[in-house]
Amino acid sequence: MAITRPAPPGPARTDKRSGPDAPAGGPGPERDGWHLTSPVALTVLLLVVVVAQGPIRGALSAPVMQSWTTVFVAVVVQALPFLVLGVLLSAAIAVFVPPSFFARALPSRPALAVPVAGVAGAVLPGCECASVPVAGALVRRGVTPAAAIAFLLSAPAINPIVLTATAVAFPRDPGMVLARFAASLLVACAMGWLWQRLGRTDWLRPPAHAFHEGGSKGEAFWGSVRHDVMHAGGFLVVGAMAAATLKAVAPASWLRTAAGNPFVAVLALAVLAVLLSICSEADAFVAASLTQFSPTAKLVFLVVGPMIDLKLFAMQTGTFGRRFALRFAPATFVLAVLGAVLTGAVLL
Amino acid sequence: MNRQAQSVVMFLVGAALLHAGLSGLYLRYVKAGLQPLLLASGAVLVLTALMTLWYERRKRHAREEEHGHAHREPRISWLLVLPLFALILVAPPALGSYSAVRTGTALQKPYAYEALPKSDPLPLSVVDYAGRAVYDHGRSIAGRRLSITGFVALDRGGTPYLVRMALNCCAADAQPVKIALTGHVPPVLEPDTWLEVTGSYTARQTRDPVNNGPIPYLDVTEAKPVPTPHDPYDETWNQ
Repeated sequence: MAITRPAPPGPARTDKRSGPDAPAGGPGPERDGWHLTSPVALTVLLLVVVVAQGPIRGALSAPVMQSWTTVFVAVVVQALPFLVLGVLLSAAIAVFVPPSFFARALPSRPALAVPVAGVAGAVLPGCECASVPVAGALVRRGVTPAAAIAFLLSAPAINPIVLTATAVAFPRDPGMVLARFAASLLVACAMGWLWQRLGRTDWLRPPAHAFHEGGSKGEAFWGSVRHDVMHAGGFLVVGAMAAATLKAVAPASWLRTAAGNPFVAVLALAVLAVLLSICSEADAFVAASLTQFSPTAKLVFLVVGPMIDLKLFAMQTGTFGRRFALRFAPATFVLAVLGAVLTGAVLL
Repeated sequence: MNRQAQSVVMFLVGAALLHAGLSGLYLRYVKAGLQPLLLASGAVLVLTALMTLWYERRKRHAREEEHGHAHREPRISWLLVLPLFALILVAPPALGSYSAVRTGTALQKPYAYEALPKSDPLPLSVVDYAGRAVYDHGRSIAGRRLSITGFVALDRGGTPYLVRMALNCCAADAQPVKIALTGHVPPVLEPDTWLEVTGSYTARQTRDPVNNGPIPYLDVTEAKPVPTPHDPYDETWNQ
């Protein structure tokens, strides 16, 4: 979008024999040229970018581009620690916790397992970037997808850190904390039950990990960390680019016109939550600053954001597959808006 | 991208995070409180890269006869080089006047007004001055010489503002708090210049053209350019 990659990895494929790390004696995996050449491609890419750094900096010095790059880097830098935390947790679950543990910990009836998993989301500290890999690991460990989905949706919104941040952002309005907790849990469970009734396992991507490649547990653990960081990290970059584009390019003044009509206001903040992709620890402060909007519209912003946004959609596509994400995202969006409006009508 | 290349990317991203966390570069992008997590995640990435290389080497020794398991690795990983380049080569500056002019002032009513020291001039943050001027009618600051640091932003009409971006988590949620300048304003103001402004409270107020939020004026007596502060954002709302 903004930074063009000058050296596509394609051409490097032709010179796979002349690569600096093609060892003469020890044959590596040779079936696919891509495997052998990606270090070469990476080296070429690094060299080209370092050589061309002057023009690249020049192209990025316009105020729009500078602001874009700053927000892009900020979203990635802010999310990476939580992504790494989630990935470590997910690798630990995948390697060290036996599937029988979850069979014992969760009720065997899926209809009951959903709310239990939803409430269990409260123990995962951090924002939504951590919950995607953990939910992926739960599914691979045999947890029923309905319960994993309830966990995936509730964890970023109802953990103590996020609720405390919400209380700080709305100091004169403790009802907002309660409403956020209730609405998020409600929507998470509703999505879990909906999956249980309508969901099909073949929408989920089959587990891509080959954990037990004959190696030790340590090897499996680090292999899982590596795979998840590279995979989810790539999708995180896609989401960060989208969020930066919105922040740098879209005018803020249209929000003022939207705040007038209650119906449009709710829809506008729901869409804004999806587009902005702000971390769930910070979204309460942004919601509090949208002073022209009704409390219910702000609640919609707080409930939708941690469940579905551009960054999450990209990461869910990576973890669970495109067939899943394309169905899951719209359903989550509609249910989250409805759940938040209902809760807002009762509590706010 | 094969595993060696992945290790290199992970190592570089981890090293970039460590560098940003240790050098204070991270303060341009995220809140100060994130530093320990940032350093820890950088270390984990570097460690993961080293472990991957180590296991790859061991595997190569162990399975010399076995031919490759064609396991397709995700190509989306290539995108991770973008934030790496942006962080190492470009290191974009903290959000400045461009975002400040496009976003409405985010001034909120303070919970309480802390007692101010007796010093003269009295150092005050942009957020603190704006809060006291708008919501306390300047009671605690009227008649005192004030010293306020922020960067310059000019709106479309050329009105000069002294701005500080307030941040809660990362630059994506940063919002400006603005003070309009009057009095002895320097004749030529370059946007994004950091100024230490000395002046006094005035009851005059205006409205932000973007969101109609209140913007107090400051009667300037002196303004001198200063270097960008260590933490360019105002983080008082995080405490």
